[in-house]
This record gives sequence, C-alpha cells and structure tokens, in this order.
Amino acid sequence: MKAAAILAAVAVVLVPLVVQSPYLLHMLILTLLWVVLGQSWNLLGGYTGQVSFGHAAFFGIGAYTTGILVKSGAAPAMAWSGLLLGGVTAAIAGAIIGWICFRLRGPYFALSVLALSEVLRLVAVNWKRLTNGAEGILFIPAFNRKAYYYWIILAIAAVSWLAIRAVMRSKLGFYFLAIREDQDCAESLGIDTTKYKLYSLMISSFFTGVAGAYYFNYMAFIDPSIVFSIENISIMMILVTMLGGVATMWGPAVGAAIYILVSEVLRVWIKSGHLIFFGVLIIVIIIFFPQGIVGSVNQWRGRRRRPPVRAREAA
Amino acid sequence: MSLLELTKVSKRFGGLMAVGNMSFALEKGEILGLIGPNGAGKTTIFNLINGYYPPTKGEIFFAGERIDGFKPHVVARRGLARTFQVVKPLARLTVLENVMASAFLRTEHRDEASEIALEATAFAEMEDWRDRLAGSLPLGMRKRLEMARALAMKPQLLLLDENFAGLNPAEVQKTIEIVRKIHASGITILIIEHNMQVIMAISHRILCINYGEKIAEGTPPEVAKNQQVIDAYLGVAADAVPPRSPGDPARA
Repeated sequence: MKAAAILAAVAVVLVPLVVQSPYLLHMLILTLLWVVLGQSWNLLGGYTGQVSFGHAAFFGIGAYTTGILVKSGAAPAMAWSGLLLGGVTAAIAGAIIGWICFRLRGPYFALSVLALSEVLRLVAVNWKRLTNGAEGILFIPAFNRKAYYYWIILAIAAVSWLAIRAVMRSKLGFYFLAIREDQDCAESLGIDTTKYKLYSLMISSFFTGVAGAYYFNYMAFIDPSIVFSIENISIMMILVTMLGGVATMWGPAVGAAIYILVSEVLRVWIKSGHLIFFGVLIIVIIIFFPQGIVGSVNQWRGRRRRPPVRAREAA
Repeated sequence: MSLLELTKVSKRFGGLMAVGNMSFALEKGEILGLIGPNGAGKTTIFNLINGYYPPTKGEIFFAGERIDGFKPHVVARRGLARTFQVVKPLARLTVLENVMASAFLRTEHRDEASEIALEATAFAEMEDWRDRLAGSLPLGMRKRLEMARALAMKPQLLLLDENFAGLNPAEVQKTIEIVRKIHASGITILIIEHNMQVIMAISHRILCINYGEKIAEGTPPEVAKNQQVIDAYLGVAADAVPPRSPGDPARA
C-alpha cells in the first residue's frame, strides 16, 4: 500500500516529462489549484462546520499581495516569495474577521466573510494607486515552461494536503470535529471554541491565500472581478468540496478534477453552457449523494468513516 | 474548605426567577443529590456552576477560586466535568473518538489521549461500543458515553444530570455501580435524579429545591421525611393520605 502510494507520487511528479501538451498541463495545473482551494474550504466548512460564503476574500488578498509586490517594482522572480507572504496576509485577515465573528454562532460568520470579500473587491476597484483598479495588474511571468508551474502547484497541493491531514489527526483535528458536532458539548469538554474556530480559519485562509498568490504568478494577470468573484471562487470552493465529499481527505481532489474536466471540456463544445451542466450536476449530487462522491463511496465500502484510532482489544 | 460553594446565587430570565438566593456547599469526597419537581431549576444550577450562564447575583467558588463568570471551557479545565440531561453525543465520531476529544484536555499527545479514552470507556463498561458512531448508540449507551467523556477529563467534581432517566432496571443497576466506582476513585459528585430509589441509595446528602429555592437539605432519611419535600415533590401513596389537620405546623 505504501509502495503504491510512493509509486503514484513519483508518477504524478513525472507527468510534465510525458505530457507535452500545454493545454493538458494547464488543466492539470488548474485542477491542483482547485485541490488546494477545495481542501482549504473543507478544513473550515467540512471538518470544523464553519461555512464560509466568501473565501474569495482570502484568495484575492493572497493574489493582490503578490500583485502589489510586483507592481511596486519587485522583480518577477520575486513574486514567488509572495506565495508565503500572500498566505500570511490572508491568514491575518482571517484572524481579524474570525476574532470579530466567532464569538457568535449561526450565520454571522458565513455572511460577514461574504461581505468582506465584496468590500475588498470594491476597495481593489477603487484604490487605483495601489491596485490599478479595474484594469488589474499584469506582469511578465517568470517561466515560459508550464512544467515549472505544474511542479510548484503540485508542491503546494501536497504540502497543504499533508498539513491538513496532520492537523486532522492531532488534538486540533479532534477539537475541530467536536466543534462541528456540538459547540455546547465542546465547551463543556474544555474546548475554547472561539479560539479553535479561529485556528481553523487561519489555516484555511493561509492556504487559500497561497493559492491566490500562485494564481497571480501563473496567470500573470489579476483584476478585482476575477480574484474576488463570488460565483467563480467563493461558491465554486463550496461546490467543488460538496461534489467530491465534504469532510473527506480526497473529496476536494475528486471534486476539483470533475469541475475542471467538466468546465474545460464542455466550454469547448457548448461555450458558457458548461455552467448549466455543472449546476445540474451539483443538484443531482446533492439529491442523490449528499455526502459527495468520496463520502458515498466510503459508505458503500461499509465504513462511513475510518476511525483514526482503532480500539485495541483489551489485552 | 468546601470543594464547591454557592453563596446566594440567583438567576433571572426576564421576569422569571429560575434560581433564587441559592446557597449550598459540597465537601470533597461527597455525593450530593439534587432533587425537585420538573422546572424547579436543577439543570439551571448545573448551567450556573458549569459557566453556561453567568449568575444574576451571588458567587460560586470551586476549589477555593471564584468561578462565576468563567466560560464553560475554563471551568472544565479547572477540574469540573458535567453530563447533559439531553445527551450531546458528537454524533459523527465514534465512541472512542468522542472520549479522546475530551481526553485532549489533559494531554497534547494522541497516544496518551487514546490511552486515557480506552481507560475511561473501560471504566464506563462500554468496551464493545468503542468503534460505533456515537449517533447510532441506544439511549443507555449514550448516557454512559456522557460519563466516559466526563471521566476522561480527569475531573475533581462531576455533575451528573439525570443519567438514570429512561434506563431499564438492569441498566440502572449497572449505572449505580459505575457511579460508585467513580466516587471510589476520588471524584466528588453532584447528581440530579428523579429516581428516588437511586438517589436515596447513593447520596450522602440531598438537597431539594422548588421554584428555584432550597426547601430542604439533609441526609436521605431526613429529606424523605420532610413535609415540604413530600408536598412539593415526593407526594404520598394514594392509600396513605393522612387526614389534613389545619394546625399542621409543617404546612404553615
């Protein structure tokens, strides 16, 4: 099993050496980007139960952090250092909004973060000296080979996936799940729910910010309507996760693959009609497989979820 | 010094005085029973001690420290665990994971947490249920899970809120054994219970409340004989109703 996993990992790393088509690589890159986004949303919305309708806020903050860095004269290669910086600024924004909203329960956080992303979009449109406004920020990308971009996003996806898995196996993960299941109960078990919701949001917004910063580097162009988009970023992060399977480790990856496949392939055939198709697909999934694809498969395999620690037989 | 002490604690919900001027103390090593009719304010008292509600007036001391106004998670960390009358299983987690989530209060390490959780589930005699999802448990086991989870916090004081309600006689016996084992392990217990046989059998002292106020306090036989307690709560067998005498001092 372990050997198979290593073999699969090596194969994934070697893909650009085999796949020469830039279009195919582009699709793989977008898929990996959405793996990161889906998994980030999943940590907060799926595992911690704190649904966000506005994760584009963090995506946009990450993207604009690098964007402003480049605009202010940093060399294009420097933009890569913005990956980490984009994550950090997004996590700080997450800390602030969480600190304000997480004392309350209910829809306050979900709606506040939606408002935040819209406010940030308007700021990005109007604060032209900083952001170039609606014209956006354009730069000359660092690499001309897509393979490099593939490897970088693969590394980001791998790190975020492994980090979130490690979190979910630790005390933090148990606390997140306890908060999702019952906040009163979690409090009585000694869990500072406000603090741990904040931790979950900060990890989630960090990786979303890194993805945003990567997006700027890869696309070499951002404008406010792209990176702060409600329907193309915030909502899509939720749909990708739900499609694949909320609160599963592989759900966001499966959801991302299907999303990119459906939208890219169908875009060629039926132009923007692909959105209709994707919408119908989501409705079908929600009605017939509310746990998403991975969640339903897990259930069929007779293990709703694998207990992370199997109770040992009393010796 | 008492382990837990309430002095003149009141809780008002709008116009309703749910708990009024309540004072009592709980000594280390004691089992104190809390009885009273439905709506008397028993669970509200738990919610006040546990920090779920701040009291409107009065002070609560636990292990020498004033804890009223602390949040539940802070109170829990100080060594006070509770169970819920309306059970709150972490439904999509297994029994063992439920107890581990609670065991993490006393450790950062997963291995130690699972060690503590294995012990606590064994203590509550639910070894065979460890891998079951908590949401799929029958009521008796849910009540036991509440106890296992509280035990994994290694508390000094345990608040049990109707852990016997809805259990069959065999389960009641088993739960009495478990409560006694918990007490024998050095944990002080405050218990709310409607089952009079249970409360009389296991409590050292009993406190009876009605309309949020204390109406009697004493050993089980004393409380059982108290006329106010009989009137408000226990009642009498239909064939044993004594003739009412207008001059009865206990009813004055």
